[in-house]
Amino acid sequence: MKLKKSTVNNLISFGIVIIAFIVCQSMISTGVMKRSLRGQMIPICVYIVMAVSLNLVVGISGELSLGHAGFMSIGAFSGIIASAWLRTFGLENELIRLILSMVAAGVMAGVFGALIGIPVLRLRGDYLAIVTLAFGEIIRNVLNCLYFSLEGRRLHVSFNNPNIPGTILLNGPNGAKDVQKIATFPAGFVLILFTLFVVMNLINSRSGRAIMAARDNRIAAEAMGINVTKYKMMAFVTAAVLAGMAGALYGLSMATVTASKFKFDTSILVLVFVVLGGIGNIWGSIIAAALLTVLPELLRAFADYRMLIYAIVLILVMLVTNNPTMRALLGKLVPRRNGRQKGGAAA
Amino acid sequence: MVSFLRFLINGISLGSVYAIIALGYTMVYGIAKMLNFAHGDVIMVGAYIAFCAMQYLNLPPLLSVLCAMVVCTCLGVIIEGLAYRPLRQAPKLAVLITAIGVSYFLQNTALLIWSSNPKVFPSVFSVGQIKLFDGNLVISSETILTIAANIVIMVALTLFTGRTKMGKAMRAVSEDKGAAELMGINVNRTISLTFAIGSALAAVAGVLLCSAYPTLQPTTGSMPGIKAFTAAVFGGIGSIPGAMIGGLLLGIIEILGKAYISTELGDALVFAVLIIVLLFKPAGLLGKPVNEKV
Amino acid sequence: MKFTKALAAMILAIVMVVGLASAAMAEDTLKIGVIGPFTGAAAIYGNACKYGAQVAAEQINAQGGVQIELLNEDDEHDPEKSLNAYNNVLDNGAQMIAGTTTTTPCIAVGAQANEDRVFMLTPSASSPDVTANKDNVFQVCFTDPAQGTASAQYIKEHDLATKIAIIYNNADAYSTGIYQTFVDEAPALGLEIVSTTTFTDETTDFSVQVSDAKDAGADLVFLPIYYTPASMILQTAKTMDYAPVFFGVDGMDGILTMEGFDASLAEGVFMLTPFSADAEDEATKAFVARYQEITGEIPNQFAADAYDAVNALYAASLNAGITGDTSAEDACELLIEQFKTLQVEGLTGSMTWDETGAVTKTPTAVIIKDGAYVGFNG
Repeated sequence: MKLKKSTVNNLISFGIVIIAFIVCQSMISTGVMKRSLRGQMIPICVYIVMAVSLNLVVGISGELSLGHAGFMSIGAFSGIIASAWLRTFGLENELIRLILSMVAAGVMAGVFGALIGIPVLRLRGDYLAIVTLAFGEIIRNVLNCLYFSLEGRRLHVSFNNPNIPGTILLNGPNGAKDVQKIATFPAGFVLILFTLFVVMNLINSRSGRAIMAARDNRIAAEAMGINVTKYKMMAFVTAAVLAGMAGALYGLSMATVTASKFKFDTSILVLVFVVLGGIGNIWGSIIAAALLTVLPELLRAFADYRMLIYAIVLILVMLVTNNPTMRALLGKLVPRRNGRQKGGAAA
Repeated sequence: MVSFLRFLINGISLGSVYAIIALGYTMVYGIAKMLNFAHGDVIMVGAYIAFCAMQYLNLPPLLSVLCAMVVCTCLGVIIEGLAYRPLRQAPKLAVLITAIGVSYFLQNTALLIWSSNPKVFPSVFSVGQIKLFDGNLVISSETILTIAANIVIMVALTLFTGRTKMGKAMRAVSEDKGAAELMGINVNRTISLTFAIGSALAAVAGVLLCSAYPTLQPTTGSMPGIKAFTAAVFGGIGSIPGAMIGGLLLGIIEILGKAYISTELGDALVFAVLIIVLLFKPAGLLGKPVNEKV
Repeated sequence: MKFTKALAAMILAIVMVVGLASAAMAEDTLKIGVIGPFTGAAAIYGNACKYGAQVAAEQINAQGGVQIELLNEDDEHDPEKSLNAYNNVLDNGAQMIAGTTTTTPCIAVGAQANEDRVFMLTPSASSPDVTANKDNVFQVCFTDPAQGTASAQYIKEHDLATKIAIIYNNADAYSTGIYQTFVDEAPALGLEIVSTTTFTDETTDFSVQVSDAKDAGADLVFLPIYYTPASMILQTAKTMDYAPVFFGVDGMDGILTMEGFDASLAEGVFMLTPFSADAEDEATKAFVARYQEITGEIPNQFAADAYDAVNALYAASLNAGITGDTSAEDACELLIEQFKTLQVEGLTGSMTWDETGAVTKTPTAVIIKDGAYVGFNG
């Protein structure tokens, strides 16, 4: 039996993720892993999914989005509300509830992704970027005014009025609190696999090639009969759904979540993962997201200088990886590996 | 009616601050074609330098501003040379991330040097205020000064880019770097000069921002920076009069929106208007639509 | 041979001394984790706590006896980072936590600490959510509802005003918390709220909020906010020739210490605060002097709360017989017992704790006169 090249690549990718998971999980269960790293496992999963999904927009579809954290916030709050609501039906099984909440969060984020995508994708380049930024800020601003409560099985919503009956789930700017933490590291791992599955299949499908054709040359793609807006929309909404699911995982892993977590800085942080890992390079996003999430923790020994050093590291890495002279220099120092890492998704 | 006028004037004074920051943004974007997210932090540095010059060295205000301009100009050129120039051939996004790195760097350096405790900027430029309608309508000298500075800078920049040789070189680089180089223009020097001018403007903007809104912290520059960036896009990024109009409109919309609709949603409103404008004028109010070539 | 012997003896002696010293250290050193935002937009509060705690630890260590080691970790005012910081201090052997500084991260860390059974005493996270349903989390500062209610009652009792405007930060748990209880309390006391406006951490211009209060004819503006935005509001009010009574809460403390602040702007401002940096007692004087040596700044109530937190933890640990060898879990149960009966005379007043974890101490109202706090008993 002869497998397609893309299928082989996919299988290798899944294999590496699964091995990484097994290593981490066994380190956790044997207690080798330090507490501080153990606590970061779920956030790392979340940021990996965020980075891979943003890469779908930025790398594969070629549109700069600066509001990705907005979808994450929609997902986080939908997930929290869904989880609390499902609990009123006596659904105590945490795994099933987590999955259902994540699905609900994905759907909500997807709906908003579609609504936002319609106007946004009419724009080009930096104008598109600024509009996604604007939507991200609007989402955060509106969430700061929303109050949700649960009275029996009835869900109450109010705008700018905290006096609603029942137990408050989402308390405007104070966010959600007393969230039942049902997210687990294995669930995060499964979400990464799911994300990889969706994104890699999309990239290697007919639609994926259309998306990339539209990125490389919009006019030529249109001339070939590709409905550019439709395909760009497909990438944008898929990314939003995945970001929403990541958001739900994040929201359900913290005891409290506020809208201010999902501001512009978080969108930028995810963008940093994507660019650092290589635009359009899915593997790069995964590695960059994991490393850069851990890095500030590793720098704790520097105390007051920690964030300063983080900034310097960020600048230096960008310079080293993107400057032709530095790259050549680096190439001489490090013996060349086979080209898969660079070739793969970037092609 | 008086209250409407008052809000309008408050809006103009906020807008004029946005406008002056946006001018720096638009300058750099127009020529280097990069979103310089560190611009807001250069503003913060400028304000701190001016503050220190006045507070610790007891320099007169104008000299302090000059001092801040010199420091920021050097800072801008150094940043450009060390962080952005090596990436001239790299993808645009790589430069964007580097700019963010620079922004973190400046903020954290400021935190270490000046500590997180806010400083209150001395009101050196308030030489008085104009009062109308029995004191119900107050126009402060900072507002007038900021607007005057805006107009002077706008005219000077327009003349500079339109009339002088260096200015023409800038426009040439902005149109087509490769062709400009073939015509004997030193692209690197031109871009350095742009950053020098942009950063000097940032210093002025920092002083004016903090004169009008006197709390100075290491994070002071970031939100006005983002708003000014929005203003620059609003007016059509790359366009000098566009930045001015965009900034003023943004300030007015923000204040009127907060005054008449809701203080909670003031910022959301600003961004909503931005989105609507861009949908109908995809290149901003005064931006030139660029046609793609096959 | 002689030389080698001498060398061997010397090495042995050094090893023994070092060994003994370290054993002594290990026995007598309590490790306390201090978590707060030392960088980012909320850095003012975190750093104040860090240095306040440092002064307390220095004083305790100078007295001899059981020593204190503080493990400072930055959380950038973010629940996720705060959990990381918390895990980090535990990895480094912290036995109890003096933190976290800010409310939202404190709720997240509190929930985790409750699962792990680690004792937390927060200097400044004031929301009741911080302590709700957690037997192991205690506060040094007043809770937000307590401040909201106390403010309303104070305004009523002293007849400061009847028409009240409120300007609060609607993106901040502390500010909204006080606002909500104040609004609940005010109507019953016959106080009329004529204007309510909000801002966020990103707001630079406060003219709309102040105009609204002015147009509504409010004769008192209630500011349940921190001092940085408050200074802007005072400035804006001055340019508008609007001079109502301004009434702040403990977040207002610090306004006079801002470098370059024109103290005449704050003339006549009322506030409820447990701490005053110009208090005449020895403890405050020593604290302020040392704090100024370290930072070059005058401490605010965050620093004082953190100072009290470390002292309270130390006192309770001594009472409970906690040593450097006690595990965090054991220390937690012992400290919970201790805090039920503990009474601490701190810089921020005499404190006792109820079983929910909230502190009982008396807020004092002060009025700012000529750039200094003056007790107000009108």
